[in-house]
Amino acid sequence: MITAVISLTGLGFVAALGLGIASRKFHVEVDPRLLTIEGILPGLNCGACGYPGCGGFAEGLLAEEVEVTGCAPGGEEVVNQLAEYLGLEAAGVVRKVAVLKCGGGTGKAAIEANYEGVEDCRAAMLLGGGGKACRYSCVGFSTCEKVCPFDAIVMSDDALPIIDPDKCTACNKCVVACPRDVLTLEPVEHQVIIRCSSPDSGARVKKVCSVGCTGCGICEKVCPVDAATLDGKLASIAPDRCVECGICAARCPTGAITDDLLPRTTIVISDVCNGCTVCAKICPFDAITGDTKEQHVADPNRCTGCGLCVSRCPVDAISLSGPEAVSTGG
Amino acid sequence: MKGKFTGGVHPNDSKDTRESPIQNLPLPDELKISLLQHIGAPATPAVSPGDRVLKYQAIAEPSGYVSSSLHAPVSGTVKAVEPSPHPSGRLIPAIIIEPDGRDEELDLSSSADPDLKKGPEAWKKMVGDAGVVGMGGAAFPTHVKLNPPGDKPIDLLVANGVECEPFLTADHRLMLEEPESLMGGLHLAMEMVGAKRAVIGIEANKPDAVEKIRSMDLPAGFEVEVLPVMYPQGAEKQLIYALTGREVPTGGLPMDVGVVVQNVGTLAAIFEAVTKGRPLVERVMTLGGTMPKGPGNYRVAIGTLLSHIVENTGGLEGPAAKIINGGPMMGQALAGFDSTMTKGTSGLLVFGPGESRVLKPRPCVRCGTCVRSCPVSLMPHTLGSLVEWDQFDLLEEFHVGDCIECGCCTYICPADRNLVQWIRQGKAELITRSK
Repeated sequence: MITAVISLTGLGFVAALGLGIASRKFHVEVDPRLLTIEGILPGLNCGACGYPGCGGFAEGLLAEEVEVTGCAPGGEEVVNQLAEYLGLEAAGVVRKVAVLKCGGGTGKAAIEANYEGVEDCRAAMLLGGGGKACRYSCVGFSTCEKVCPFDAIVMSDDALPIIDPDKCTACNKCVVACPRDVLTLEPVEHQVIIRCSSPDSGARVKKVCSVGCTGCGICEKVCPVDAATLDGKLASIAPDRCVECGICAARCPTGAITDDLLPRTTIVISDVCNGCTVCAKICPFDAITGDTKEQHVADPNRCTGCGLCVSRCPVDAISLSGPEAVSTGG
Repeated sequence: MKGKFTGGVHPNDSKDTRESPIQNLPLPDELKISLLQHIGAPATPAVSPGDRVLKYQAIAEPSGYVSSSLHAPVSGTVKAVEPSPHPSGRLIPAIIIEPDGRDEELDLSSSADPDLKKGPEAWKKMVGDAGVVGMGGAAFPTHVKLNPPGDKPIDLLVANGVECEPFLTADHRLMLEEPESLMGGLHLAMEMVGAKRAVIGIEANKPDAVEKIRSMDLPAGFEVEVLPVMYPQGAEKQLIYALTGREVPTGGLPMDVGVVVQNVGTLAAIFEAVTKGRPLVERVMTLGGTMPKGPGNYRVAIGTLLSHIVENTGGLEGPAAKIINGGPMMGQALAGFDSTMTKGTSGLLVFGPGESRVLKPRPCVRCGTCVRSCPVSLMPHTLGSLVEWDQFDLLEEFHVGDCIECGCCTYICPADRNLVQWIRQGKAELITRSK
């Protein structure tokens, strides 16, 4: 018993001595900032930054190979912390999320054949992209759902991916995996989206899908800020110009444009108003009324919160209010 | 000398159209000549909408060494160059020609060599200018194959008359009806690659073709080999092994073992290109399956809509449930008849409802049947599972690049697994990633 205790204790001391010497002799200098940066990073090891994991990104940051904005899942908070810690200026971060640019689910997109092969969008692309007649539509075999590391994508009943903006970190994996390129990253505040990617002629689009963009150009005509433009036979909306008024979505004859910005902000006109009528003239929705030199009033049912009047008011009488009283560009 | 290649399967050959002589089809009202009819870069259009073209006139130029030119199969007017349905299921730009019905031909006398005086180098250029590609299905530009580098001496030219795909009989009829151009093309190809010997490989289910070729005066160095029926014997590397026992190394080409293989249809096209200066604007294809009212072998202009072929042979018995471009083993399922004939279209098969088995894949039981059937000694079950579970990094370790996509593994799998489609997906994924 005694011998056992003594010999084991002795062994322990010998081993401790060995380890102690080794830790001194083979000591590796590590930048102390590395651990702190790793602590700030989300630790998801998702690879969205291009490095194998958060540790790699931290090393890249210290080697000044990447910008602090490189961590997409971290979002604004992580970027600001990193910038503060490293003493850098953080450029404005726009949080983005993945957005589906197709509305052709089951029942809306015409079917031209029964696809009977491997249920993976990438495999289906080798056979003409599944059974849907539209050659630009979402294939619908949930490859994006499979590759999403954050469970942000689930397939709806009509076989289209639904992206949860709260879970999506804009890691770009689904965008890369999608063989039809119907997924893109858009600013999270941009909610007026063209749900179609088909550059086909209007006649062909009408034949293959009930909710496709036919290139009629109505959105281009009604857009008060020239954000909606027609690119060939497909409409597109520039997120940096769009004021999220949603008039294009309301006027789109096929429903190819969706507007999920609800509830909306509205304007409030204070008693500073001198009745100059500028706001009433520029309002694209005729939501502001009032006589000259009288305080104007806004109709909350017509106001879309586009905010065009806010910047034009000479006496700063107009402000945005509502659940999300944020300016969305414009 | 004769051996059996590794693996392979033995599907019912179903060559129902073997007795049907080659017939010509009436010209369609519109031809859509796809710019991608060959392996390699798509051709560059050399005409613009509104131009009048003559029959045999070049309408698109090769856009690289591994590419091929295109020619007008009729005289008429170019209507447009626009994306059109391609047999691959994608939209590929095509030159659309409206025939004028006059069939005015370009004068080909200056580009022809009827007395065979110009010599091999000039002939190679003529074959390239004529847009000849491999007619077995893969459509590899022929002038590239006929031009092996100097450090790879060629001693044997193999004429591929195997036609191992079930249902297809186009090559079979060609051997029976036009053996002279086939033999002429074989002579020319031998001189072009410098081969001293030639073997014509024909499977045992075409005894009349064997007899026909043997009945011709075969000069010294020419042989006809009868091979036991086995799929995929028509694949170059398998055919070379069956005929000579030589094995083409991984990643290598037949020229690495001193062999060049040409399909019999390609040889006939080479003969036409050299002796008459005639470009490749039409080909023989088999219309088969259970649904067509007029199954048979037809000579069809390149660019003809598949619907035109069906309509002008009597139509269909009933609704089409499965349409295949090519043979049932390697052919591609189509969603409709809106794509067009290309230089590689060896057949069009149409089947009715309930005739094709829908695979409901079940888990792999590791029985190894696919391994035994694989003609390139791969492990298809492993490759399939790697793709199924997104383990693309490991594919190259299992030599996915050697797969010839013959489909034996899927055909034989008792668990109905879509092995070859997974492998094709894996290959496509690796290509995307390497970009």
